[in-house]
Amino acid sequence: MRKWLLAIGVVLGLSALAQGGKLEIFSWWAGDEGPALEALIRLYKQKYPGVEVINGTVTGGAGVNARAVLKTRMLGGDPPDTFQVHAGMELIGTWVVANRMEDLTPLFRQEGWLQVFPKGLIDLISYKGGIWSVPVNIHRSNVMWYIPARLRAWGVTPPRTWAEFLATCEALKRKGVQAPLALGENWTQQHLWESVALATLGPDGWNNLWRGKLKFTDPKAVAVWDTFGKVLSCANPDASGLSWQQAVDRVVQGQAAFNIMGDWAAGYMATTLKLKPGTDFAWAPSPGTQGVFMMLSDSFGLPKGAKNRQNALNWLRLVGSKEGQDTFNPLKGSIAARLDSDPSKYNAYGQSAMKDWRSNRIVGSLVHGAVAPESFMSQFGTVMEIFLQTKNPQAAANAAQAIADQVGLGR
Amino acid sequence: MRDRITAFLVLLPSLLAIGIFVYGFIGQNLWVSLTDWGKDPAQALALRPELRFVGLENYRELFTGFVDVRFRQSVVNLIFFTLFFMAGSLGLGLLLALAVDRAPKGEGFFRTVFLFPMALSFVVTGTIWRWMLQPQGGVNVLPTLFGLPPLSFPWLATREQVLVFDWNHLPFYTALAVALVLLYVAHAAYREGERRRFLWALFSAGVLLLWAFTLGRGLKLLPYPETHGFSLALVGVILAAIWQMAGYTMALYLAGLRGIPVEVLEAARVDGASEWQLFRRVIFPMLAPITLSAMIVLGHIALKIFDLIFAMAGLDYAPTDVPAIYMYLLAFRGNQFAKGAAIGILLLLLVAVVVIPYLASQLRKEVRR
Amino acid sequence: MGRVLLYAFLLLMAGFFLLPVYLVILTALKEPAKITLETVWQWPHPPYWESFRTAWEAFRPKFQNSVVLATSATLLSALVGSLNGYVLAKWPFRGSGLLFALILFGMFIPYQSILIPLFQFMKSIGLYGNLFGLVLVHVIYGIPIVTLIFRNYYSEIPDELVEAARIDGAGFFGIFRHVILPLSVPAFVVVAIWQFTQIWNEFLFAVTLTRPESQPITVALAQLAGGEAVKWNLPMAGAILAALPTLLVYIFLGRYFLRGLLAGSVKG
Repeated sequence: MRKWLLAIGVVLGLSALAQGGKLEIFSWWAGDEGPALEALIRLYKQKYPGVEVINGTVTGGAGVNARAVLKTRMLGGDPPDTFQVHAGMELIGTWVVANRMEDLTPLFRQEGWLQVFPKGLIDLISYKGGIWSVPVNIHRSNVMWYIPARLRAWGVTPPRTWAEFLATCEALKRKGVQAPLALGENWTQQHLWESVALATLGPDGWNNLWRGKLKFTDPKAVAVWDTFGKVLSCANPDASGLSWQQAVDRVVQGQAAFNIMGDWAAGYMATTLKLKPGTDFAWAPSPGTQGVFMMLSDSFGLPKGAKNRQNALNWLRLVGSKEGQDTFNPLKGSIAARLDSDPSKYNAYGQSAMKDWRSNRIVGSLVHGAVAPESFMSQFGTVMEIFLQTKNPQAAANAAQAIADQVGLGR
Repeated sequence: MRDRITAFLVLLPSLLAIGIFVYGFIGQNLWVSLTDWGKDPAQALALRPELRFVGLENYRELFTGFVDVRFRQSVVNLIFFTLFFMAGSLGLGLLLALAVDRAPKGEGFFRTVFLFPMALSFVVTGTIWRWMLQPQGGVNVLPTLFGLPPLSFPWLATREQVLVFDWNHLPFYTALAVALVLLYVAHAAYREGERRRFLWALFSAGVLLLWAFTLGRGLKLLPYPETHGFSLALVGVILAAIWQMAGYTMALYLAGLRGIPVEVLEAARVDGASEWQLFRRVIFPMLAPITLSAMIVLGHIALKIFDLIFAMAGLDYAPTDVPAIYMYLLAFRGNQFAKGAAIGILLLLLVAVVVIPYLASQLRKEVRR
Repeated sequence: MGRVLLYAFLLLMAGFFLLPVYLVILTALKEPAKITLETVWQWPHPPYWESFRTAWEAFRPKFQNSVVLATSATLLSALVGSLNGYVLAKWPFRGSGLLFALILFGMFIPYQSILIPLFQFMKSIGLYGNLFGLVLVHVIYGIPIVTLIFRNYYSEIPDELVEAARIDGAGFFGIFRHVILPLSVPAFVVVAIWQFTQIWNEFLFAVTLTRPESQPITVALAQLAGGEAVKWNLPMAGAILAALPTLLVYIFLGRYFLRGLLAGSVKG
C-alpha cells in the first residue's frame, strides 16, 4: 500500500516538474522579518508562476534552531533547494569544506555581479577559487543606539571611545541610572564583545586574529577582555534573561542609556515601536570603531543534490538582482549588498548605513558568521562562559587560543 | 510445540528491534565515541565521513581537556539537580500524600490538582515556568499584589554558584562518597547479621578512605585549579521539575498508605503508640519499598532531563547546562559528533549504575515468588 | 486546630500547583502590547481571544502531526505490547526471563546514548524527517514499557483458562483471540493512555528526527518560546493548545492514567 502511494507520489511529482516544479526556501526569517521574505517570494512567483514555493522557515534563536534543522537535513542527505546562511566562514567552514555546496562563480560571471558587489564582500564569500553564496543584504554589527532626548536630559553625549564610555557610565550611575548599558542574553554579550574587540585591536588586528596571525594570548588581545570586563560592569545584571528586543526596550523606556546591537535594532524601533529614526532614536558607531563597518550578510547558497536545481538558480538570480535587493531590504531593515541600489527606498537609518557601506573600511563579524567557522563560534560561548565565571582575562584568552588551535583557525 | 514456535516467532520482531535499536545502537555509539568524527571540519559534515580511531581521547578531553570546562560544570549541575529534585519531589510528595490521606473532604479535588502537571509535557512546563520566573515579573512581583516589595532573586538569570569546589578534588570527594555508601552497606549487613558482607564492605571502605586521604588528595586532573559548584540558576529548574513530578510521588505514596491494613494501625494505637511512633515504626517502613521505586524513577528522569531545560533556558545557557543538553549542543550544533557520542555513553553508564542493580533485584524477587 | 492547619496546607499547595495555570490563561488572554512585567498578574479587560486564533493558525499543522503521530504510534505499540505480553506471560520458554530483562533495560537508556546512530540509521533507511519514521521510533522504544504492562496484566489471568482452551483445541492465536483479548480491555486502556501522553509530550526524538513540516507540537512550542520578538501571549496560548489533549485524557480517564503511572514505576 505504502509503496503504491509512494509510486503515485513520484509520478505526481514528476508531472509537476514539467509545469515548473517546486522550490523549497529554507530560512529563519519569521515574525518581524517575515514580510521581507514574503515580498521576495511574491516577486519570484510573478516571474515563475508555475513554481510552487515552499517557505521552510524555522523560527527561533536568531537562526540557531534553523541551523540545527539544516544540519540534520544535510546530514540526512535531504538538502533544501536553497538555504539562508550567513555569508563567509559560517558557510565555508561548515559546508564548503565538507564539499556539500556548488560553486556559484559561473552565476556571478553570467549576471555581472563581480562588478556590483564590493570587492571586500566577494573576498569574504570566496574560498579556494570559488564563490559560494549570493548575499542578499548587509547588516552592521558595530552600532550603538540611544535616545537623544534622554541623553540631553541626563546631560551626556554619545561616547566616542570606550574610555569615554566608561566615564559616561560613571556619570550616569551617579545620576541614578543603575545600568547605563542595556544587555541581553548570551549571544548579545558576544555581540558586545566583538565591538569592544574591534575598537581595541583596530581593523587590521581584528582581521589578523581570524587569519591566525595574531594570537588570542597576545597582550593586545588579552586587553580586549580587560576592557570588556569593565564595560560589563555598566550593564544590567539580569542580562541573560532578556532577549535583544527587551534590551532595546530598556533604552527606549529610559532604564538604560545605550545598547550595542546590530542594525536590526533600527528596524525594531522604527517598525515595531513606531519611533522615528534620527529624531526619536539615534545611533553612532560603537565606541572606538568610527570609519569601520563590521558587516554581516545573509546569503543563499546552492547545496549539491538540490532536488529543484534550476528553480533554485532562478531564485539566486532574483536574490542577487537590484530589483530583488531593493524589494527585500527596505522591509527587512537592512541595506542592499549591491553598490547600485536606490537610496530613496530606504529610511533615514538605511541611507546613513548605505553611505558608510560605500565609504568605510569593511570587516566581518564573528558572532554572525562572517570571519570564523562554526566549529570556533559554537565553542566561543564556552570562552565567554569562562570569562563571566572567573572574570579572568588571561583564562578566557587561553581558552580562546586553545579552541583556535583545535579548529585550525586561519588555516 | 508448533504453538511454542509461533510464540517465539511473535516475539522475534520485537527482540530484533530492541536488539538493533537499543543494543546495536549503543555499540555503534560506543564506536563513534572512540573516533575523531568532528575534529576535522572537512570530514564532519561530509556525505560519507572518514573516521579515525582515537581510543579514549574524547573521554580524556571531557574530563581533563582545557576547553571542555563546560562539560564538567554540566556534570556538577546534573548531580546537584538530581539530588535536590529527588529530595524535593519525595519530600513534597510524601507531605501531600499524608495530607490528602487525612483530608475528610475534597480529597478527589486535591489529588487531581496535585497530579495534573504529570499530564503535561516538560516543554509545556518549561515554557510556563520560564514566564513565571522572569526576573522582574512573574513570581517575583507576586508580593507586590499584597503591598510587599518585589523579590529580587533573578532565578534563571543568576550566575552565582554555591558549594564551590576544585575539580582536582573530584577523585577525593568521589572516594569519600563511595566510602560512605560502603559504610552504610556494612552497617546494614551488621544489623542483618551478614558477617561476610559486613567485613568486605568495611574493608573496602577502609581501603578507599586510606587511598583518598593519602594518594587521592595529591592526584591532579588538571594542571591548574578549576572551580565548579551548585549553579543557583538551577533552583528555578528544580522548582519547575518538582512542580511537575511531586504529584507522581504523592500518587505512589497514597497507594502505599492505602495498602497499609487498618488493623495494623489500630493494633499499634491500642498498644499505645503515639502518632510519631506510628510513623517511625509502622508507616515509614511500609513506605520504604515505594520510596525506592520512586527514587529510581525520579533519578532516572533527572539523569535524562533535557526538554525542561531546553524549554526554560535554551541550549546555550551554561549555568543550567546538563550533559544531555551539552551533548545535543556539541553534536548537532558544534558538529563534534564523536565527543557527543562519548557524553551519551557516559550518561548511559550513569543510568546503568542506578538501574541495573534495581532491575536485577526486581527480577530475582520475581523468580523467588 | 489540626484540621485547620491541614486544610491551610492543602490550600497553600493547591495555590502553588494552580498559580502557573492561572498565569498562563491570564497571559494568553492579553493583548501583546499590554503584556509588561510589572502588570503580569492583572486580569485583562477585555480578554483578547485573538491570541488563541493566531496560535491555532500557527500550530494547527503541528497539532495535526501530533495527533497522527500519537494515535498511530499508540495503536501500533499497544498491539505489539499485547502480543509480547501474551507470549511472555503464557508461553514462556527457556531464557524468556532473561530476554524480558534485556527488553526492559531498553526503557531506561538515556536516548542521548543512541541518538547519533539512530539518526544515521533513519537517514540510511530513508525514513529520516517524516512522520512515519517518528512513529516507528516511538513504537520501538515503547516496546519495553508496553510489554511490561501487558505481561504483568496477563500473568494475573489464571493459566487454567489457557489450559482449558488448549484442551478444546485452540491454538496460539485462537487462545489469544478468544480468551486473552476479551479480558484485556483494561490493559489496553492503560497502555493507550500511557503511550498517548508519552508520545504526545516527547521532545528529543521529535526535535532530532523531524523536518519542519512533520514537527509535532512540542517542538513548535519550544521553538516559538525560544524565538525572538514573540510576545508572551502566543507561547502561552500555544502551551494551552499543546497541553489540552493530554489534560483531557487525564481529566476524563484519570483512574487509568494513574494505573499507567504506577505501572511505569516498574513495580515488578
